[in-house]
Amino acid sequence: MTYEFLQHYWCFIVSLLGAILVFLLFVQGANSVARSLGYTEQGRRLVYNSTGRKWEFTFTTLVTFGGAFFASFPLFYSTSFGGAYWLWMIILFTFVLQAVSYEFQNKIGNFLGPKTFQFFLTLNGIVGPLLLGGAVATFFEGSNFIIAKDNLVDAGAITPIISRWANASHGLDALLNPWVLVLGFAVVFLARVLGILYVMNNVADEDIRSRGSVRLVGAAVPFLVLFVAYLVHLLLKDGFAYNAEGIIYMEPNKYLNNFLHMWYLLVVLLIGVVLVLFGIGKTIFSKGYNSGIWPAGIGTVLTVLALLLCSAWNNTAYYPSTADLQSSLTLANSCSSEFTLRTMFYVSLLVPFVLVYIIYAWRAIDKTKLTKQELQNDDHAY
Amino acid sequence: MNIKHNIMLENLLLNIDAGTIDWSRAQFALTAIYHWLFVPLTLGLAVIMGIVETNYYRTKDEFWKTAAKFWQKLFGINFAMGVATGIILEFEFGTNWSNYSWFVGDIFGAPLAVEGIVAFFMESTFVAVMYFGWQKVSPGFHLASTWLTGLGATISAWWILVANAWMQYPVGCEFNPDTMRNEMVSFAEVALSPFAISKFCHTVTSSWIIGAIFCVGVCCWYLLKKRHTKLAIESMKIGAGVGLVAALLAGATGHKSGMDVAQVQPMKLAAMEALYDGGTEQGLKLVEGIEVPYGLSIMATNDPKGYVPGINNLLNGYTTPDGKTEPSADEKIARGKKAIEALAAYRKAKAEGADEATITQHLTTINENMKYFGYGYVKDKADLVPPVWINFWAFRVMVGVGCLFILFFAAILAVTYRWPKFLFGKRDITTLPAWHYWLAILLIPLAYIGSECGWLVAEFGRQPWTIQDMLPTWASVSDLQSSSVIITFFIFLALFTTMLAVEINILLKQIKKGPEL
Repeated sequence: MTYEFLQHYWCFIVSLLGAILVFLLFVQGANSVARSLGYTEQGRRLVYNSTGRKWEFTFTTLVTFGGAFFASFPLFYSTSFGGAYWLWMIILFTFVLQAVSYEFQNKIGNFLGPKTFQFFLTLNGIVGPLLLGGAVATFFEGSNFIIAKDNLVDAGAITPIISRWANASHGLDALLNPWVLVLGFAVVFLARVLGILYVMNNVADEDIRSRGSVRLVGAAVPFLVLFVAYLVHLLLKDGFAYNAEGIIYMEPNKYLNNFLHMWYLLVVLLIGVVLVLFGIGKTIFSKGYNSGIWPAGIGTVLTVLALLLCSAWNNTAYYPSTADLQSSLTLANSCSSEFTLRTMFYVSLLVPFVLVYIIYAWRAIDKTKLTKQELQNDDHAY
Repeated sequence: MNIKHNIMLENLLLNIDAGTIDWSRAQFALTAIYHWLFVPLTLGLAVIMGIVETNYYRTKDEFWKTAAKFWQKLFGINFAMGVATGIILEFEFGTNWSNYSWFVGDIFGAPLAVEGIVAFFMESTFVAVMYFGWQKVSPGFHLASTWLTGLGATISAWWILVANAWMQYPVGCEFNPDTMRNEMVSFAEVALSPFAISKFCHTVTSSWIIGAIFCVGVCCWYLLKKRHTKLAIESMKIGAGVGLVAALLAGATGHKSGMDVAQVQPMKLAAMEALYDGGTEQGLKLVEGIEVPYGLSIMATNDPKGYVPGINNLLNGYTTPDGKTEPSADEKIARGKKAIEALAAYRKAKAEGADEATITQHLTTINENMKYFGYGYVKDKADLVPPVWINFWAFRVMVGVGCLFILFFAAILAVTYRWPKFLFGKRDITTLPAWHYWLAILLIPLAYIGSECGWLVAEFGRQPWTIQDMLPTWASVSDLQSSSVIITFFIFLALFTTMLAVEINILLKQIKKGPEL
């Protein structure tokens, strides 16, 4: 294994975690439409209890995504999290609210009332995907930071900080870029699509399933419009490339070139898009079909994986700086040492084992669909 | 990037607001303190509910199933807050300590990633089976899920304590002047550091104490109210048993931790003892003016005649009786500055294509002084002294509470099993005077205070370093305005406090309601 291989391998692992995270945002998506999807108090309880059995997977994937990024590309971790402070803090803030909302909402002694926590779930369901989608968009659109490693040896500095944000908004400036918002809202509606598909599959309730089919159209149309708009923009825009000396420069149609050069990613992207469309279309047009979450979910993972890898492989700066082009982060200039990447490679061999027990446990819990009857008999129901 | 390019950028940079450092420290401390209100109960209750459910699996007695569900419900209410506060802690390394994240991310990130892959998924997968699987999986699978939830939480504690121990005692790494960071050279040294092992054992066993006193306190409330007596007595036996074993182990591992601190963080030990002028045959202060002769020497070196340096010795330099010399703070600062200057010269020489001899000369100077690199950022040697009174009193509270709990759990076990019989006569655990039960209930917050004090010692004692001798807090921070950090500090303060109040209220109501019969 060469150092370069390990860099690309860890980029793949982090991208895969990111792609799985976007799929697992079905929890947020379902919560954001729980009021209309559930319609009655009992219906809403079904929705919250359905997502409540999976929220920890989303949460854990987010944490592991962060940990893996930290271990493999620490300069991204320090630059993005320390720089885009407000963007990440708002994301974290909404996830903290979500984490307690399930357990607390219907417990006796909750003096804030169940509606407060249901509002938190809705808030997280919209803001979480929006900002996470926006954060992903910055991989293509760029961010406002400067890196100067030699600050560490500046004797006159009050604090010898390496990575700095070039304006005082600390990440919120990304939301002024309309393309960041386009991808952010695309992820919001994608999460809704996946959330509706998941609930239709997981909850055995005809009212919810029939409402789900209608709500699915309302979420799928804006998602497709926004996603196609961003994809076209991405393929036509200039991208951030670097040469053999590590000098970063703008390359016309860089991301289109990447897909053409890495044809296998294009194939993955197309398969992913087709699967998502199939999952949505069959659920809408085929009465009684409630398994759309699986093709759409797998399609989401493949699509996001292809997009994330397109942002970093093939000599592409995956975290570009709009303030100083040469500060942009590439796999080579931001990764951990070869020793650490190699050590972590061996740790990553545990991932299939982890996936096996997750699938086993998930199937054990979901082998019978959630019903109103089960909620009445379950003393741990939310 | 090259040097010239970086120098051009300097004028744009280096305008950090000094208040950012203190507010970032405050925010991290706030998050850690809140996080540690929930984690020890998770770790402790995991053992108790595991034992209770094992009893159900062995006996098939529905009583144990009811008891297991009851403790699992309380576990679940607490668990969510632990998860919520934990995510903030992980990401704060990046958001508030970005320089730190780069400087040591090559080493520090790995335990966090392993924690996510190995521990978090185990915890989050099996906790769902534990809550919702009673009717869906076999009793054996359910029991395994309950223990795996606790095991996941404990493995998570292992990796986060490996990371924390590395900050106290950085091992298994080398500085790379080309990448301007420390890089891991031995994963085994990091993951199996003796400091980490002591820290893990002490932290986990002290967490079991919290779970045990919580269990015993809840049981005493039922006995006071004469409700759910069987559940109270049987759970109390388990709680007190776990508590006594945990308290004894915490004492033993605490001694080992004390010796570790004496070896690698002598300034922390001096602050814990408010020891300004050290020497051999040092006594251990119980409080100011009362001391156990030779106690500190034994604690630090396992030898009554052992040498323990004080704060002044550490600042001014000293020589131990066996001839080992420790340089003064001034000398360390001078050598640290030399390392930084040599590093700057090395970078410049490389960028300008200087000859190999010049580059090697700078490299030699860096390596000779690298041990004191962090001291190069220190402007005043007084900054090297951690806050003494916090360390002094926090240490005493922690040790005092720990000793008290050894006696308390032994007493609870004696009264529960009515042994020795002559002492109790016809009295048993259900017929004690009310104040006995109240005492047990009131000891719950005391256990939390003791546990938090342990972390105060660990973290305040490390100041001003984020990584001992390698990087001070002011060289670790992110480039933020203090106003941003102040706002997030108060947002988190309000959020965590509100959620804590909700959680306590829910827990109290749930306890009042009792198990589902």
